[in-house]
Amino acid sequence: MKDSQAWAVIGLIALAATTGDVLLSHAMKRVGDVAELWQRHGVLPVLGHVLRTPTFALGLMAMAAAFFSLLFGLSWGNLSLVVPASASLSFIGNAIAARIFLHERVGHRRWMAALLVASGVVLMAL
Amino acid sequence: MTFRKYLVLVGIAVSGAAGDSLLNRGMKDFGTVSLYHLSRLIGAVLHPSVIAGILLLLAFFACYISALSWADLTYVLPATSLGYVLVALIAHYSFHEHISPARWLGIALIAAGVGFVSAGPSVTPARQVRHSLDACPNAVSPEMES
Repeated sequence: MKDSQAWAVIGLIALAATTGDVLLSHAMKRVGDVAELWQRHGVLPVLGHVLRTPTFALGLMAMAAAFFSLLFGLSWGNLSLVVPASASLSFIGNAIAARIFLHERVGHRRWMAALLVASGVVLMAL
Repeated sequence: MTFRKYLVLVGIAVSGAAGDSLLNRGMKDFGTVSLYHLSRLIGAVLHPSVIAGILLLLAFFACYISALSWADLTYVLPATSLGYVLVALIAHYSFHEHISPARWLGIALIAAGVGFVSAGPSVTPARQVRHSLDACPNAVSPEMES
């Protein structure tokens, strides 16, 4: 497989993963601290509630798309290229998307962390 | 952040890294899947290493959504990125993939990023969030250092 195809798969994984992460995070914030709810209501009501949250199902579908793209990419690529390269792109995508869609306070500390991790992950792909 | 919450973050890093590595081993055993025979991916799911990898990734997913229920996405992702370091070390020691000096530098940068984010607050101080299961408006634990 050519490099351009490799990077197309990597881009696809990153896009699907970012979409999934943002949707799942949105869903879980609506549900609330699951450990706390678990103690108060029991396992099944909490599980049922998570499953019935609409953005959870959408996030799960995006994650499934990312997972099968990863499985496809891993069958020919190096584990140590495909995993870090797609992850690096997702870190930057997630920092931007979390700020815009989830209204998270992404301060200096978090930007530094995201950039350090993303560039570290790029270096690992060299 | 309680000790239990740190354990969940460690669980995300470890189960994610181990799951990815098992998937890698399974797919290498299974052989290359070409773009024109995508249906072979269904067969790959029955490979023992792939099954074990999927089970670990399910554990990863449970820890991950649990963490997202009490911490920001931009906290959870960098804080659990030590998993990528683990993937590289597993690739090096089990699959004998080469780790160049640049990769070692990458590992150092990731470790620095993890240190950076985990020293800060784990959740954006909430506007009062009303959770759908719970009528209590203060269910998000307000941990706001700095």
